[in-house]
Amino acid sequence: MEGGRSRPPPRCPPGVEERPYRSASGAPLALRRRQHSASCRELALRRPRLQLRSLSAVTSAVWLAAYGIFVLSENSMVLSAAIFITLIGLIIYLHFVKIDQESLLVIGSLGIQVTSSYASGKESTTFIEMSRVKDVVINEAIHMQKVIYYLCILLKDPQDPQGVSEVVPLFQSSQPRLDCLMEVYKSCQEILDQRKEAPQSSEMK
Amino acid sequence: MVLKVFFPSCCSSAESGILIGRWISEQNSAVVLAVVHFPFIPVQVKQYLSELQRVTKVNVSVLGSWNNSKQEKEESLSEFLEDLGTIFSHEPWIQISKEGDSKFWSCSTLQKRSNNHREEEIILVYYDQRKVMLSCLHPPLDTGASTAHEAEDASRLSAIFDTVAKSKILFMTDKYDDGPIKLTHWQSDGVEASIIVELMKQASVPACMLLTFLLSLISGACKSRMLKFWPLSFLWSKLSTCEQLSHRLQHLQVISSNKKAQNQTQLMRKANIFVSLLIDVALGILLMSWLYRKNRIGHLADTLIPVADHVAEELQDLLQWLMGAPAGLKMNRALDQVLGRFFLYHIHLWISYIHLMSPFIEMILWYVGLSACLGLTVALCILSDIVALLTFHIYCFYVYGARLYCLKIYGLSSLWRLFRGKKWNVLRQRVDSCSYDLDQLFIGTLLFTILLFLLPTTALYYLVFTLLRLLVVIVQGLIHLLVDLVDSLPLYSIILRLCRSYRLAAGVKFRVLEQQDGKPLRLLMQINPLSYGSVVQTYRLPTYSCYPKDSWTSLCKKLFLGELIYPWKHKGEKQD
Repeated sequence: MEGGRSRPPPRCPPGVEERPYRSASGAPLALRRRQHSASCRELALRRPRLQLRSLSAVTSAVWLAAYGIFVLSENSMVLSAAIFITLIGLIIYLHFVKIDQESLLVIGSLGIQVTSSYASGKESTTFIEMSRVKDVVINEAIHMQKVIYYLCILLKDPQDPQGVSEVVPLFQSSQPRLDCLMEVYKSCQEILDQRKEAPQSSEMK
Repeated sequence: MVLKVFFPSCCSSAESGILIGRWISEQNSAVVLAVVHFPFIPVQVKQYLSELQRVTKVNVSVLGSWNNSKQEKEESLSEFLEDLGTIFSHEPWIQISKEGDSKFWSCSTLQKRSNNHREEEIILVYYDQRKVMLSCLHPPLDTGASTAHEAEDASRLSAIFDTVAKSKILFMTDKYDDGPIKLTHWQSDGVEASIIVELMKQASVPACMLLTFLLSLISGACKSRMLKFWPLSFLWSKLSTCEQLSHRLQHLQVISSNKKAQNQTQLMRKANIFVSLLIDVALGILLMSWLYRKNRIGHLADTLIPVADHVAEELQDLLQWLMGAPAGLKMNRALDQVLGRFFLYHIHLWISYIHLMSPFIEMILWYVGLSACLGLTVALCILSDIVALLTFHIYCFYVYGARLYCLKIYGLSSLWRLFRGKKWNVLRQRVDSCSYDLDQLFIGTLLFTILLFLLPTTALYYLVFTLLRLLVVIVQGLIHLLVDLVDSLPLYSIILRLCRSYRLAAGVKFRVLEQQDGKPLRLLMQINPLSYGSVVQTYRLPTYSCYPKDSWTSLCKKLFLGELIYPWKHKGEKQD
């Protein structure tokens, strides 16, 4: 945790609850829950942002190494190459690797939308229609010496009504712990339950 | 169940009227296509809709009413609109009303048949009509699917995209038309068209006919009996330039055909082939202008002979090294000398042949370089063929070395079996025991010893020439890889994905807009474009060459046994 400078948590607008949790590796996460309407909920998991400390540490390490090579080889191309590599590496890292927020938008009777927002502002979205969703469950996996819990969406198999054709894991880069996952699971199930009630009530008409 | 209304964002500022569109009852959703304004005669509206249904095969009907009051809520208008529900009977009758410039609309439904007036939740989804109409959802539905299954299996999204795309004819009437019906949709301000596109469409018909005529002439000439004689047909099949030219001819035939493209895939394929040909020819002409400037072709021809000489000299040095004591290994003197002298004589013949050709090289190269205007791929294929021709002697040496080695290995394995008293049964394809006579055993053992002690020499020659041959094969392979890349890259699709990303849709994404309590949920539906990797994978053009199907283990086995390897087999060639 940061010692001296601790940033105040960002204000959330009214109607939004935010709670701190931890990821599987111990990093702090923030879960933001927002209810747009009776059948629409948004759950967003925010990860810690890129720290200036680590960025300057990596940059100075690379530049010191390049300077060392320059002193040994007397070739100034090494220095410009190092600057170029640092810039390109930073752009690639921010645009393709560093995920700032992972969110789940559940709209009853339309579908579930999974969004990952990267540090450079890029958002990659997948929308799964409700007719393809069988259920949302928490699965456990054994990874090396740890047992990890992860939330996943089970998709229906068109041929076999009881079978599962695909498993879509959620929150893969944040990897929240079980308490956070249970909150998300309860929120999702409340909305998924509504679709099970609806056909029954329409039969009763 | 929740009612979903898909409303086009272009109709947000339309005048009051009635909504027409399609009602999808299985999904409880309504797709609004346009707004019909007052005054209208209900009978004419019904006629228009049935006509539309007949033409587009989309079940278009009146869905509800739209009340856009600029001032305060007009009670009389809202009652009038409710009464309209009795004229156009539709279950449920959707009423949307907007006050002034407010973003939050109120939406309600009238259900006449149901007894309990349950308040069902309404979701309002805005969509961009033009983009949804032009876009194509991937993966595309099979056109062969029967209509019975289509209604069940069709996902919600493809149903919506389908509805909007098929109603193209509805969007052709704009507000300047003097019809009985006044509509508002995305094109109601006037249909836009480009003069250049129209001119090109008109010019393309005679151009296609001319091209088809020329192509029929060329393919007729190619199929003539003269070119089918054995030496010529063998030569054509070995040269990769001819393969590439026939491949491009096929492409030209596809483009110049008169039939319109049936569906999206065919259209994209035609467009990709056209752009690929264009870029190919442009790059080829660029290369040609670079080559012919400052007489680079002349310089190239001048350096070709010295390079061939240099290669031959290096080979001679290599053979002298092998005839001595290469890498400290002791060779059999007599066999070494025989093989070495044989290959040296071969090189001598090759050099004399090259020197005989040298006065004509520059002229041949000059004319061959002109064919680069047919495309960069043709130029690269010519380069690959020149490399193959110049290293023909290496290929010959490889074949001699491989055959000799193969013979030796088979002889050794057969005599080894004789040594142990066994024999290969050709009928049963297995090893059987056999009793040999004494003189058979004696001669067999003698031959075995001779072959065994001569093995290192042959093996070394085989190894050296196989490595050289593999080097040449790798160079040719890289050139062919580049040719395949230019051939199969779907450039038009990639540029479309870059500039008009909504046309290639992988799916949709929803954004939640500002909400207000008591009003329906507002969502914005946007198109989620396909990723570049999937674009390339879906629209790749097929190529004619197939990469080696041998796995690494079978390749190593063939090399060990001395069997000849043919790395590049074209489709349609018989396997030896």
